[in-house]
Amino acid sequence: MSDWRPSAPLVNLKERAVLLAQLRTFFSDRAVLEVETPLLSHATVPDPGIEIFPVPAAGSETAPRYLQTSPEFAMKRLLAAGTGDIYQISKAFRQGEAGRHHNPEFTLLEWYRVGWDHAALIREVAELLSAVLGTKGWQVWPYRALFMELLDIDPMADGDPGAVPESWLSVARSRLGDVPQDLDRDAFLDLLMSHCIEPTLGDWGVVFVTDFPPSQAALARKTRVAGDSVAARFECYVRGRELANGYWEQSDASSLAQQLEADNARRRYRQLAERPIDQRLLAAHEHGLPECAGVALGVDRLLALKLGADSLAEVISFTWPVA
Amino acid sequence: MITFLINRSSTMPNFSTNEFKPGLKVMLDGEPCSILENEFVKPGKGQAFNRVKLRNLKSGRVWERTFKSGDTLEGADVMDVDLEYSYTDGEFWHFMDPSTYEQYGADRDAVGEAEKWLKEQERYEITLYNGSPLAVTPPNFIELEITETDPGLKGDTAQGGSKPATLSTGAVVRVPLFITEGEVIRVDTRTGEYVSRASKG
Repeated sequence: MSDWRPSAPLVNLKERAVLLAQLRTFFSDRAVLEVETPLLSHATVPDPGIEIFPVPAAGSETAPRYLQTSPEFAMKRLLAAGTGDIYQISKAFRQGEAGRHHNPEFTLLEWYRVGWDHAALIREVAELLSAVLGTKGWQVWPYRALFMELLDIDPMADGDPGAVPESWLSVARSRLGDVPQDLDRDAFLDLLMSHCIEPTLGDWGVVFVTDFPPSQAALARKTRVAGDSVAARFECYVRGRELANGYWEQSDASSLAQQLEADNARRRYRQLAERPIDQRLLAAHEHGLPECAGVALGVDRLLALKLGADSLAEVISFTWPVA
Repeated sequence: MITFLINRSSTMPNFSTNEFKPGLKVMLDGEPCSILENEFVKPGKGQAFNRVKLRNLKSGRVWERTFKSGDTLEGADVMDVDLEYSYTDGEFWHFMDPSTYEQYGADRDAVGEAEKWLKEQERYEITLYNGSPLAVTPPNFIELEITETDPGLKGDTAQGGSKPATLSTGAVVRVPLFITEGEVIRVDTRTGEYVSRASKG
């Protein structure tokens, strides 16, 4: 085998160690507690956009376990138990996500701030980016305003969630040629976001996109902004690279249960197998998740941005093909 | 022979976007294509896509397409084989598998630019689609005899200019002035340039 050597130059792996130390200092200076949670658990996310790695039952186990796609559920159980502010740097796993900016096994920095909302957390993410990348300032763009500005379409326009408006199709076709046929509204917005908007953000510096369509709330709470229902969520882009995803967390137990059920319903609609709901997460919410905001940030991408690397292979010791 | 072809094309496997590696041959809009690039694209949450560049093997044109991750395309029954050129009847250029003596007729579209480098008993890479020649690729270097060129000036050696020379296949290349009619020269088929006098023996 000639490909036993690391994907990344050794100097970049030293930079990775420097970055990890820098992140830990950032949080210990702010009295945020470092925690560890299991990588393998009984339940997993029903999000239809995430493919999981099941681990077959072994030994005395009777059901499969799942490699975590993020430490979100376990960290929320810690928050419900009263830890206060916490952060974690851990591996997360998403099947099939391999490419220049994706690796199926990757490193996430995830943290939660008790009593904060997503606007306060946006400021802290910007401070972290300033400390690591030396970026100055940031922009906040509501999802709707961004689509209107760059594509001249209204992503929140009323309509059937299963049908894509003709005007969206023509915008996509004029920029991309033929587009996949069988996309629902949200998937089509994802197409426009990833193919038509993200590339434009390349020279916008640090951009936070916020106030997502309520159908894309995931586990964020829904709020009203200027009379419209929106998801209290943000995505952080740095030089056009998607880097972090944050929520003002949904703490209400029944809303959470509805959201997880709705995810399974979307899985059914897309003819995907349903996933087991995490009953321990629901029990923790019933006990009481404190008001909090949380964010997950891709550490490999952060390092790539810091080093000006164009591919994660330059910053990960052994990427997926040679792991 | 016909049933054999139908059987072959109906058993081609499907490939999912995560199997789209450069060089993979797939069918798109009824045309055989070769994957050039495959970029995985995903917003933070939500639907993942693959932005794929493919070369249409019939037209040579490059297509760019976006697929939903997990979508599949049927594999194209395309393979490359080394065959020996035999002769042309004006409509088809006939190649033979030297181990089985099986004959393949390539039409003008398939032969294309390679026509001017076709020499009997020379081996060519033939791309077969459903068993029929789709494209002919000459070897990178080929040795051919000069059938016509102006006499060079005596004493005018390597430094001099160049002159056109017609080869046995009909191709015209520029050669140094000292090269004479009847000589065999080595040509780079990718650039159409003279490389050297052919090695002796």
